[in-house]
Amino acid sequence: MCGIVGLFLKSSALEPTLGKHLSAMLSALSDRGPDSAGFAIYRNPAPRGSIKLTLFHPEADYGWDHLVRELSEETGTSVRGEPRGSHFVLTAAMPVETARHWLSHHRPDVRIMGVGDCIELYKEKGNPRDVVRRFRLNELAGSHALGHTRMATESAVTTQHSHPFSTGLDLCLVHNGSLSNHNRMRQWLGRHGIDFQTDNDTEVAAGYFTHLLGEGATLEEALKSGISDLDGFYTFAIGTKDGFAVVRDPIACKPAVLAETDEWVAMASEYRAIAHLPGAERSRLWEPSPATVYSWKKH
Amino acid sequence: MPRSTKTTPAAPSPAANPRGHREHASFPPVVVAEIQRAAREGIYDIRGLGAKRRLPSFDDLIFLGASISRYPLEGYRERCATNVTIGSRFAKKPIELKIPITIAGMSFGSLSANAKEALGRAASEMGTSTTTGDGGMTEEERRSSTTLVYQVLPSRYGHDPDHMRRCEAIEVVVGQGAKPGGGGMLLGLKVTERVAGMRTLPVGIDQRSACRHPDWTGPDDLEIKIAELREVTDWEKPIYVKVGATRVKYDVALAVKSGADAVVVDGMQGGTGATQEVFIEHVGIPTLPAVRQAVEALQELDMHRKVQLIVSGGIRNGADVAKALALGADAVSIGTAALIALNCNAPLFLEDYAKLETAPGYCHHCQTGRCPVGVTTQDPKLEARLDPSLAAQRVRNYLSTMVLEAQTLARACGKSHLHNLEPEDLAALTIEAAAMAGVPLAGTDWIPGRGGA
Amino acid sequence: MIEVDIESLGVRGLNERFHRLPPDTNERAWKLTNPKGAHALAVGLDRPLTIEIDGHVGYYCGGMNKQAEITINGHAGPGLAENIMSGVVRVKGNASQSAAASGRGGLVVIEGDASSRCGISMKGVNIVVGGSVGHMSAFMAQAGHLVVCGDAGSHLGDSIYEAVIYVGGDVASLGSDCIEKPMTEKHRAKLKRILAAAGVSASPERFRRFGSARQLYNFKVDHAAQY
Repeated sequence: MCGIVGLFLKSSALEPTLGKHLSAMLSALSDRGPDSAGFAIYRNPAPRGSIKLTLFHPEADYGWDHLVRELSEETGTSVRGEPRGSHFVLTAAMPVETARHWLSHHRPDVRIMGVGDCIELYKEKGNPRDVVRRFRLNELAGSHALGHTRMATESAVTTQHSHPFSTGLDLCLVHNGSLSNHNRMRQWLGRHGIDFQTDNDTEVAAGYFTHLLGEGATLEEALKSGISDLDGFYTFAIGTKDGFAVVRDPIACKPAVLAETDEWVAMASEYRAIAHLPGAERSRLWEPSPATVYSWKKH
Repeated sequence: MPRSTKTTPAAPSPAANPRGHREHASFPPVVVAEIQRAAREGIYDIRGLGAKRRLPSFDDLIFLGASISRYPLEGYRERCATNVTIGSRFAKKPIELKIPITIAGMSFGSLSANAKEALGRAASEMGTSTTTGDGGMTEEERRSSTTLVYQVLPSRYGHDPDHMRRCEAIEVVVGQGAKPGGGGMLLGLKVTERVAGMRTLPVGIDQRSACRHPDWTGPDDLEIKIAELREVTDWEKPIYVKVGATRVKYDVALAVKSGADAVVVDGMQGGTGATQEVFIEHVGIPTLPAVRQAVEALQELDMHRKVQLIVSGGIRNGADVAKALALGADAVSIGTAALIALNCNAPLFLEDYAKLETAPGYCHHCQTGRCPVGVTTQDPKLEARLDPSLAAQRVRNYLSTMVLEAQTLARACGKSHLHNLEPEDLAALTIEAAAMAGVPLAGTDWIPGRGGA
Repeated sequence: MIEVDIESLGVRGLNERFHRLPPDTNERAWKLTNPKGAHALAVGLDRPLTIEIDGHVGYYCGGMNKQAEITINGHAGPGLAENIMSGVVRVKGNASQSAAASGRGGLVVIEGDASSRCGISMKGVNIVVGGSVGHMSAFMAQAGHLVVCGDAGSHLGDSIYEAVIYVGGDVASLGSDCIEKPMTEKHRAKLKRILAAAGVSASPERFRRFGSARQLYNFKVDHAAQY
């Protein structure tokens, strides 16, 4: 069980403080998710023809500079990177498949956490307050972000098992709840080409959405299918390149609060996490209905 | 809710098949009778008590008493202490028990008032606790029991903050061994005026119950609920979380993360006043592996002995108590065994057992409300057959016996406190028990699933 | 009027302060500020206090309340006034799920909307909602009255016992064993009294009454599908 948060800025004036606000949201939900934390933040769009990958390696002083140089030399393209805690955001002027291919051949022990034009995805074991500090989330600017604090129910507490899970380009998923048919679903998805790193139920949901989106479904269609195909209790928040979506299962026991002002839309498992946002006291506050997809997009 | 149903007849003994007709192992007489009953009645069978089928249990473990490498303690003269403290983690007033055996939650409604009183008196004399049940606290129970644990259940029948504040501890019941994932059940005959009044139900109806709590689902929200209970009671009382044994490792870890002071794990042998037979026999794991998994979960969080573990489900004698403690439990809880000490299945009023189509030793008809010995009934005439004083004495004697038995075994292993019993004092007699308890098969170093030979 | 900043005193300090008040206390009027969604505010009270909370509260505000009158000038999280025994808990804004869960007495007023499971397992409390309620409201409701001036979500009154539901607007669907029942003068008079006690103005004429069909009180094989 866990806490989930999402913050979508309607006004670019608030973009410099996105990380600061998300950090406070995550800290507010540390009690319900003390084991690990993670967030996906959409910022610094990559130049046309480039791709951003968030990478992770458990070694403290991993040779990221070396990786950047090697990749750049071998592909003859422009590559740069930015370390942040135990993660590294690589921007490379090449198609995504080229980058993936190179990494799996030359750096198989480097984990790819998230890929896209804008997304940066960070997650780690530890109390959420410590995790956001280590990633210096406070200083990050961006247009929108999702976050998660984890209380592991059935699978292990590791970096890999933490949320968000990346489901595709600029896509990510956070989940509060507990699925009940994920094991069978994982096997089925495995036979349809989805690879899994963990035994985590959320990863299965992420894989399910990736699969449907890959087959051409829109985000709304994929989430609607999920309502009938995924069994169990859940509030899902999904991040996309230009917005986010929220959906609850038909029984809707897990909490979810939505708040909206002229400046932002926020989502959280508890109002406490939203309370400190500027203008929260006057925001429109409501709860998403069960089995209904809610989504917001930048225009 | 279904009406009370008749029993299936007992399987005939070999003497009843002198001509040697071929028996059918998949369809023995008990199964045949049950299919025929289902065909007549169109509804699942409902009964009381716990799993009746044979299971790997504490019987399959033995103690390695002292010999040359270990030295025993002298009985009586050399102390073997039995006390235990529950709730040291957060509560201002942890509970001190003189013996590591408590009386499990059983509702007034399921049990008669005389039964509850007798249990309370016995527990008080022995310096241990009793527990309310689904339906709330009675005054008789509060008066007779010096240490009373107040259950908070999915139904919230009779839930009263004043009662909660008058008790010594709080037990949030997520589930019980007889029916993990199920809610309470009380059939119409037992929903008398008094019971109905306490539970805010119409008299005589079959009580339907919720299986989830109304105001929280999941350990993240349980944490907030536990915090509320602490606030209501000014952080004084230890808060237990009780689960039926299924995914024990996850559940115990989550109970700890939710802020519990103690965890109660009830194996599939755990009893009930009434539930579907299929639930009792086919859901949940036995107590033996549940204890080991619960202790491992606590150890992995470095919470063993800091969050206390109380184990229940088929605890019957001092050997079971000692073995549960050796595997790492802080205390055990008894339900069915306490009822038997009261008089459940005693060979008295035989014609009334016969009316229920059963016999002493086989009866599990708590759900009918026609308990021949007055333990699980609301009928005053039947209840009168249970004298609270005499019954209290029986339970006290039984508890004393269990403690002495446990001490005997502990002393034989050289322990001056029951808590110093360890898994290394045990060996297993079967492969299943070795695997489940995490204890080597006697005469070998082999724990199935963990290597060695 | 005693003013307390919840952020400074803390929830625990505040509840302890309330619990320590003598039965005949003259410290009866309180204003609490900066709740910021905190949980378990003003729980387990048993004094004739009047408490105003300025802001939004988290879970279980007013839980197990006795005697006190609590007004929340904002929204409330899940389990508002759960198991209330007596007294009044009023929310000016909206309430999250399981409002007044298992409430045994007293009055809970939600001037805005209540979410799912409003009045779940209620055991005698009266609940008045100025707006609408979500799905599974009055689930297993045993006693008391749930008055909804707006609409009710799906599965209203599923598995209901003897509680009575009045709805002014639309009902998405009824739960197991919950049926519509006739409204008589007696019912309208009762409804009028409850609305007046809640200080909510609505005309009893437009309300419909719902309650138990009582078909599940004793199990019958033919009703097995409803389980």
